[in-house]
Amino acid sequence: MRQDHLITATQLSRDDIEAVLDRARAVADDPAAYADRHAGRVLALCFFEPSTRTRMSFDSAAKRLGMNTIDMGDVDSSSVSKGESLSDTVRVIEGYADALVLRHPSEGAATLAGERVDVPVVNAGDGAGQHPSQTLLDLHTIREDHGLDDLTIGIMGDLKYGRTVHSLAAALTEFDANQHFISPESLRLPRSVRFDLHETGAQIREHEELEPVLDELDVLYVTRIQKERFPDENEYHRVAGEYRIDAETLDSAADDLTVMHPLPRVDEIAPDVDETDHARYFEQAHNGIPVRMALLDTLLENASPDGDEGTEVDR
Amino acid sequence: MSEHELRVSKIRDGTVIDHVEAGQALNVLAILGIDGSEGFGVSVGMNVPSDRLGRKDIVKVEDRELSQSEVDVLSLIAPEATINIVRDFEVVEKNRVTRPDGVTGVLSCPNRNCITNADEPIETRFDVVADGVRCDYCATILRADIAEHIDV
Ligand SMILES: [Zn+2]
Repeated sequence: MRQDHLITATQLSRDDIEAVLDRARAVADDPAAYADRHAGRVLALCFFEPSTRTRMSFDSAAKRLGMNTIDMGDVDSSSVSKGESLSDTVRVIEGYADALVLRHPSEGAATLAGERVDVPVVNAGDGAGQHPSQTLLDLHTIREDHGLDDLTIGIMGDLKYGRTVHSLAAALTEFDANQHFISPESLRLPRSVRFDLHETGAQIREHEELEPVLDELDVLYVTRIQKERFPDENEYHRVAGEYRIDAETLDSAADDLTVMHPLPRVDEIAPDVDETDHARYFEQAHNGIPVRMALLDTLLENASPDGDEGTEVDR
Repeated sequence: MSEHELRVSKIRDGTVIDHVEAGQALNVLAILGIDGSEGFGVSVGMNVPSDRLGRKDIVKVEDRELSQSEVDVLSLIAPEATINIVRDFEVVEKNRVTRPDGVTGVLSCPNRNCITNADEPIETRFDVVADGVRCDYCATILRADIAEHIDV
């Protein structure tokens, strides 16, 4: 990966993805080799929207590379609530840090930040837009179970606002994957995401029900349907109920079906699925550490002026 | 002299934008930022018969030529338009519009949650795609309703 920033999954080639995932595997195999790799460097965690898990995941990944982290604290008490623009905020923080992780409620925020600063920017979620580092850890999880080619994946839930879905669908077009999208009509993939998928000639199909495709799937990726997307709570309960899975739902699935979820879940995956061999969502979350370590390592390496920093580390 | 030429008078110097899709003439004026207060002579013909388009609109602006960025945006709502430069009653230049790769600072993004609609010091930027334009920031695609999002 020769880019300075990771803004959207559409920017990633197959080679980029495989390079990061190979490095993630090396990190997982020998974490000690990476422990001081970026000692003395600082990662800024700029979360304009609360997200304890993603923030902690980046924080942990950075510290395991020897980095220090700084963050803005609560958005409520920061200069953001005093009306400072994102453009100004990131330009100030650029002077404090060697790389910047951004979570923001507006689509396109990470693109803007990337245009404003020279240090690497990682998009950790921009509104209903993209969440590419999540995609890398999703792909890592899938690759460990099934490989990334000749894959049939079902992606189910809120496909309209689900940024993890938008990023994952885009990245999968780099591989030989059949993608089935399962959602209520009102939450189907946005036009812009379908446009990109069609442009790449991807094999995609859209469904309103899981049952007809379940037995074909290698992977079922479930996302949360959010209550606040529905003006009427009864409508929410009706829709959400249809996209809930439990151990019994999975009776007709392939034995090696992998069930994933970006977490947090509410009740779209019943706890009895946790006890089956299908459940992989906690490992998926844990994979965030080596994958984000590999990602930060790659971006910092690209950003360093001589570009050859740390080459003596055995990989 | 044919009927539609009679409806819109000849101009001495300026620009004639012809073969505008019927119904888009006022949007063409909006793109040019013309509301009459500038003092240019402006004539507009709407729904005039056309061999090529069936019906078309036509806009004549006196003493005014178009910038490239105006032509670029014009091409999005009037892809068949011809732009005639008139000097001393003669058409001295006749150009078809061509679709640009992108337009900057002219359209507003219809996605209210787009960062370009937040209070940032930022110009909108749209890529021109097969049958519309697409926000460089949030990827929202704008098709038939481009004219409604011209930022003037
Ligand atoms: Zn936008």
